[in-house]
Amino acid sequence: MWVQLEVFLQTLIAGVLLGGLYALIGIGMTLILGVMKIINLTHGQLMMVAMYIAFWLFSLFHIDPYVSLLVAPPLLFLLGMFLQKALINPVLRVESILPHNQVILTVGIGMVLQNLATIFFTSDYRSTPVDYATEAWYLSDYWRDAPFELSLSYPWTVSFCLSVIITTALWFFLTKTDTGKSIRATAQDRDAAMLMGVNVGLMRVITFGLGAALVGAAGCLFIPIYYLFPALGAQFTLIAFVITILGGLGSTMGAILGGLILGIFESMTATYVGMGWAPVGRFAIFVAALVFLPGGVASLLKRKAVSK
Amino acid sequence: MKRFLPLIVLAVMAVLPLLGLSSYVMHLFILVVMWSVSGMAWNLLGGYTGQVSFGHAAFFGLGAYCAGLVSFHLGLSAWWGFAVSIPFVAATALVMGMIVLRLRGPYFVLATLALGEIMRITAENLTDLTQGNLGIMIQRTWVEKTGYYYIVLLMAAATYTVIKLLAESRWGYYFVAIREDQDAAESLGINTTLYKTIALTVSAVLTGFSGAFYMNYMGYIDPQVVFSLGDISILTIMVVMVGGVATYWGPIVGAVIMVLLAEVIRSLPYIGTAYQTLFGILLIVIIIYLPNGLVGDRDKLARLFGKKGAAH
Repeated sequence: MWVQLEVFLQTLIAGVLLGGLYALIGIGMTLILGVMKIINLTHGQLMMVAMYIAFWLFSLFHIDPYVSLLVAPPLLFLLGMFLQKALINPVLRVESILPHNQVILTVGIGMVLQNLATIFFTSDYRSTPVDYATEAWYLSDYWRDAPFELSLSYPWTVSFCLSVIITTALWFFLTKTDTGKSIRATAQDRDAAMLMGVNVGLMRVITFGLGAALVGAAGCLFIPIYYLFPALGAQFTLIAFVITILGGLGSTMGAILGGLILGIFESMTATYVGMGWAPVGRFAIFVAALVFLPGGVASLLKRKAVSK
Repeated sequence: MKRFLPLIVLAVMAVLPLLGLSSYVMHLFILVVMWSVSGMAWNLLGGYTGQVSFGHAAFFGLGAYCAGLVSFHLGLSAWWGFAVSIPFVAATALVMGMIVLRLRGPYFVLATLALGEIMRITAENLTDLTQGNLGIMIQRTWVEKTGYYYIVLLMAAATYTVIKLLAESRWGYYFVAIREDQDAAESLGINTTLYKTIALTVSAVLTGFSGAFYMNYMGYIDPQVVFSLGDISILTIMVVMVGGVATYWGPIVGAVIMVLLAEVIRSLPYIGTAYQTLFGILLIVIIIYLPNGLVGDRDKLARLFGKKGAAH
């Protein structure tokens, strides 16, 4: 019985830690979706780019992946702004039959990024072998007679805490600063925001950059605990949109909760059903959200707020 | 003249194998025709009804696996896969349509993406049924290409006819109405969810045929190939985007260009590995400058080149 509890708690911890990182990926996606009304299907590929930046900084200059948090996200911010200004903005103005042209466009960008990464960096699996990678805190160190053993991996915990810090900083930015308020106004009602003197075009560019920077930060947090290869982007794009649907389109709070739910759920499927099935669990929860809760967690939060 | 164009093209295509072309050229022709079938099928849903699917690999792969498994487990001819695929593909499309097509916005795009991935992962993990990543190998019916060529040509002709009949029927107008303005369509009494689901199901079944043919023709499939996002789903979209969205000839023109381009690029030294980059750039350029494809924007193209001609 203790063994089962131990497995369960350990799975739960792993799920929450993973979920915290997922939340960061989801927030970037949901911000872009809220402001631009387009799904950024190159989100994971942007994360891959950030991970390669962190990887090269580590292997060439021995810069710790956590330090590259100061380098990769700003670069990604610039890349995101460039993509938005040079490619996505022109398409918003083009007359076309299909309404989803911008989405297909982001797929094209993703293909280019992934293929360029394969050409320049080969499709080898890479990782940053930091010396603290296998260190962990053990429950028995603190509570000697503990009936079961739990461990808390050092890099996972650091990544999780940094993710929480970044999310909090983002929350302050969105709620307390003028730019943040303008972004939220643009997301709520583009035309009204424009009438109030918000530079909507600029906000779009900043939002795309911000979304890219956030996922870039997630990449820096992922690289010490994960491995890296060019096709990894597609996988994380899928994760990002599952979180976005689960959380509710365009809702930041929803993305955080969605990330946590997905992290815990995936971790549970991996333990109790089988490693190979974890991605299926991901999609099962996605389909369930579509059927039972199309508005995502955000619609529940809203309902509660209304009934108050 | 214009009315008979499809028949003329069909007649020309039907005579082609008699010219004694090399096996490689026939292979290219078969691929072109196969991709135009997939493209036309996607176009019904994406072009006419305006529901962009990123997961047609799900239906393609399902069709391919139906053909492969019929042969592998039941010992029947893999050609039975065409018949067997209909209920499976149609049921998948119906269930998916009933879940996702009620919703507006980006849900459909995301759900189709997810469906393709779910199918791939399921096929990889159900090793008892599908042999997982080992894939399925079957005995091909002919070594010669001619037989396959006529079969796929027949499929293309049938698909073209079905799409044309549908697009020019009452349903076709409903589809376009839904694409142009869903609220207006609904207020005129069109059951939008129903007609979107119909478009999805027809499109899925036709794509499934394309997949079943692929199994018969190639003789080998594995989940990574037939459920591939990049090589099936996205390529299908590109065939239609390059050729022309919501046009009869667009997917065919697109298939010719994409198959030839893929062959040319892959055969070039050094550049071969960058073919996805080039495809991606092509996709970006098409979306920005020719959003309705070569056929859809042919007036624009004519004007562009006409102006250039006048300037010289």
